Amino acid sequence: MSLLRGEGMTGGYGGADILRKCTIAVEAGEIAVIVGPNGAGKSTAMKAIFGMVGLREGRVVLDGKDITGLSPQDRVREGMAFVPQTGNVFAGMTVEENLEMGAYLRTDDFSGTMEQVFELFPILKDKRRQAAGELSGGQRQQVAVGRALMTRPRALMLDEPTAGVSPIVMDDLFDRIVEIGRAGVAVLMVEQNAAQALSIADRGYVLVTGENRYSDTGEALLANAEVRRSFLGG
Amino acid sequence: MEDILNAVVLLSNFVVVPALAYGSQLALGALGVTLIYGILRFANFAHGDLMAFGTMFVVMATWWMQGAGLSIDPLPTALLALPFGIAAAVAVSLLTDRAVYRFYRRNKSPAMIFVIVSIGVMFLMNGVVRMVIGPDDRSFGDGARFLIKVKEFREATGLSEGLALKLSQGLTIAVTVAVVVALFRFLQKSRTGKAMRAYSDNEDLALLSGVSPDRVVLFAWAIAGTLATIAGTLYGLDKSFKPFTYFQLLLPIFAAAIVGGIGHPVGAVVGGYIVAFSEVTVTYAYRKFLIYVAPESWRPEGLVQLLSTEYKFAVSFVILVVVLLVRPTGIFRGKVI
Amino acid sequence: MREVPRAPLCFAVMAGLLMLVGFGQSWSLALSIFNLCLISAVMALGLNMQWGYAGLFNVGVMGFAALGGVAAVLVSAPPVAEAWRVAWSDLLAAALALLASVAAIVAARRGIPPGGLRMAVTAFLLLVGYGAVRVFFDPAVEAIEAVDPAKTGFLGGLGLPVILAWPIGGAVAAGAAWLIAKVALGLRADYLAIATLGIAEIVLAILKNEDWLTRGVKNVTGLDRPTPYEVDLRDSAGFQDFAAGFGLDAGEASTIVVKLCYTGLFLAVLVLILVLAQKALHSPWGRMMRAVRDNEVAAEAMGKDVTRRHLEIFVIGAAVIGMAGAMLTTLDGQFTPGSYQPLRFTFLVWVMVIVGGSGNNWGAVLGGFFVWFVWIEAEPVGAWAMDVATAMLGEGSSLREHLLAGAPYMRVCVMGLILLLVLRFSPRGLIPDAVHRRAGH
Repeated sequence: MSLLRGEGMTGGYGGADILRKCTIAVEAGEIAVIVGPNGAGKSTAMKAIFGMVGLREGRVVLDGKDITGLSPQDRVREGMAFVPQTGNVFAGMTVEENLEMGAYLRTDDFSGTMEQVFELFPILKDKRRQAAGELSGGQRQQVAVGRALMTRPRALMLDEPTAGVSPIVMDDLFDRIVEIGRAGVAVLMVEQNAAQALSIADRGYVLVTGENRYSDTGEALLANAEVRRSFLGG
Repeated sequence: MEDILNAVVLLSNFVVVPALAYGSQLALGALGVTLIYGILRFANFAHGDLMAFGTMFVVMATWWMQGAGLSIDPLPTALLALPFGIAAAVAVSLLTDRAVYRFYRRNKSPAMIFVIVSIGVMFLMNGVVRMVIGPDDRSFGDGARFLIKVKEFREATGLSEGLALKLSQGLTIAVTVAVVVALFRFLQKSRTGKAMRAYSDNEDLALLSGVSPDRVVLFAWAIAGTLATIAGTLYGLDKSFKPFTYFQLLLPIFAAAIVGGIGHPVGAVVGGYIVAFSEVTVTYAYRKFLIYVAPESWRPEGLVQLLSTEYKFAVSFVILVVVLLVRPTGIFRGKVI
Repeated sequence: MREVPRAPLCFAVMAGLLMLVGFGQSWSLALSIFNLCLISAVMALGLNMQWGYAGLFNVGVMGFAALGGVAAVLVSAPPVAEAWRVAWSDLLAAALALLASVAAIVAARRGIPPGGLRMAVTAFLLLVGYGAVRVFFDPAVEAIEAVDPAKTGFLGGLGLPVILAWPIGGAVAAGAAWLIAKVALGLRADYLAIATLGIAEIVLAILKNEDWLTRGVKNVTGLDRPTPYEVDLRDSAGFQDFAAGFGLDAGEASTIVVKLCYTGLFLAVLVLILVLAQKALHSPWGRMMRAVRDNEVAAEAMGKDVTRRHLEIFVIGAAVIGMAGAMLTTLDGQFTPGSYQPLRFTFLVWVMVIVGGSGNNWGAVLGGFFVWFVWIEAEPVGAWAMDVATAMLGEGSSLREHLLAGAPYMRVCVMGLILLLVLRFSPRGLIPDAVHRRAGH
């Protein structure tokens, strides 16, 4: 039984279905990656799982509970967190305030969680009084992920976390994501850098025109000649 | 030397003190406008009439208290009546949000529709205020008139120029400082205040963080109603209460909010003082000042007034246009979208 | 759903309402209302061009209308020779000083590269030039305003037939709009709104305070009329016979005939503008304008000069509003700067456009008619309703007195309510824009 599972999802914006019977699942402590060509519906699949896109068919299950009808905010309460691709920090607020906003729904003392985030991303501790909008691209992504972690989510969803950051920063970010996964969080992410993402993934999904084309372990997908040729550029 | 001192006192009396008081009133008004802009993302044309609405209740409560013999002399009774006006303005703000604005918010209507809707609300409030209290000047100030009197100042300093500080001016400045400090503490430190800033900064992400839009909007209206009533009451005590004047204040208030950077609270306060000081310095007649500081042969014949006071709106407008052309985001980089 | 012929139906209802006033109150009143309905319709057409065609948020309608009004004064009032005599030399000097300072500033800005120095020099020249103009101008103003201040105290006008003021009023407003557009049109919609709000206040401040030009709040009365005078009609034997033919007395007939003359003139203007506006809307220019309105970014990408289009429509719309302003002053026979209130002259016109259906010329006309009608009739109806509602308080009750005194402002509330209700339940207005309707919005 997966921790988070979108089953047979069909739906999209307005009239047209972008997703067609698409199924995506991730286990606790695992990293699952969605890859595929442009327009394959990767981001839409993420948004559907998070309740930001309406589903015509199919359902979303979190830890055995059907959450298909819940709003994104309610899914946050249920233990999910989402890092959008753009606009994922409060640019005018300090790093510390960004993290506090991540913990907005928590009524208990969250200073321990903040310490954990600072341990994971030490640079944020140094910059915690600085406005998030003044940070570099990579640091901003760290703030964005840190903010999402503040609710201590069981499932963390990342929409292209490495978009627009330099290769060195990207490697670093992937390392941290692996660390988050090891801590027991189910991580689901969409990635443009498919090969590198699959190399850290326990499970990979190749989507094409809103349908599952290949689903396997990351390793197996990387070894699959067909997948390599069509989607990983050789 | 004494001439210089006299000139300084003269300027303080006729420029600095009035501009500080007027700037405080504008700052409080602009804070309300900027808060609504930051949270609901539209320019609220009904804000001037909301000020008149809240102040009207203060005026009526003041009359009632004066009739009942309630007084906090030497402070004006209006201060005691302020909570009634605030309650009325907050109530009407929340009511219009529930009955009018919420529908468009849920429909995600474009900002211009909100502006037109606010014009409808403006008509309604405008009519109600005039029906209840009439369109004329109403006086409601009482208590002591002056904190510092010209004569006392002259006697104490031995200068020929005197400095007067009206109680209403002193009160305006003191109340504004207290209100602004309280508001900034609220926005910086409290959980709800941070949620409001987050919502203004990035609405989608705030929603993802679990911020409830209804709660944020509720607080925004409540604060705007409170600030509008305080600003309106202070303005009324300092000058006089006339509904139409409050509608006209809309222009300098908008100018203040935009000059400072709309959606930016610090900007609104700074903008308020910029607009006020510009208005007063440009419309002040410098004749007497020049007589003190300029050499004998330079003595001016005319009033040496750059612009007559009737054109003070032109000052707000010019500042507005210059800022929009040179730095469209305002001094403190407000929202551009 | 079957397409209901909404427009003819709405206009029929409107005609019915006016007839009701004619039978119920008086035909003279019905005609008065109708005349102002026509002017309102012209004004609404002007604003509809700016907002409905192009999405430009102009909250300075009052300013343009007042400029049209002042044009009526400057065209038709008789010139005051004495004022010109005492002030012409100073005025000329002031004008020369103005020209010289403008020339100096232009030359300085050409000669100095952009930067702090150029700004400083510009500011300095501006200040010096302003001072120089004032040196000549202030005595001129003083002299002019001293000339028989109870009767004139201003320069007067050109003494031409007032009807010429209509196109001239339009041109004056258009000129002002062009200047404003050059500065403010690049702004976001809500900033443009605030800028135009400011300009209207400035225009009004000028008209109220520059007594040498407009007599300010002393008003200019007894303007030339494009129609015969009632007195002349009543005294003419031919007219008395004519009135008797209808079974009317000459006094009543004369007021109605004069009003009908105005009606004819206003109707002619309205029809002319409506025809031109419809033609323009369905020409390639109008299609382009709508394309720009509906998707500014796409239109710009397709090589359309959005700013240029906006400038054109802003100026044209302002001209129409200015013309309506001139017509209004002509009908009143006097120019009273104090009577220009933003609620009545700016926001009421907005209600007309929104209620009628923004983007649709017929809608703007209907909105002008309907809203003006309600604005006028809400006053007696409101007073009557308040009278009935408070009758139980008994005569002499102070609350009743107070409420009755406030009743005239009920119409302001009614306007707000109408605007809010239309926006909520029929956001495209009474006669929606055909283009949007077909697109299924």
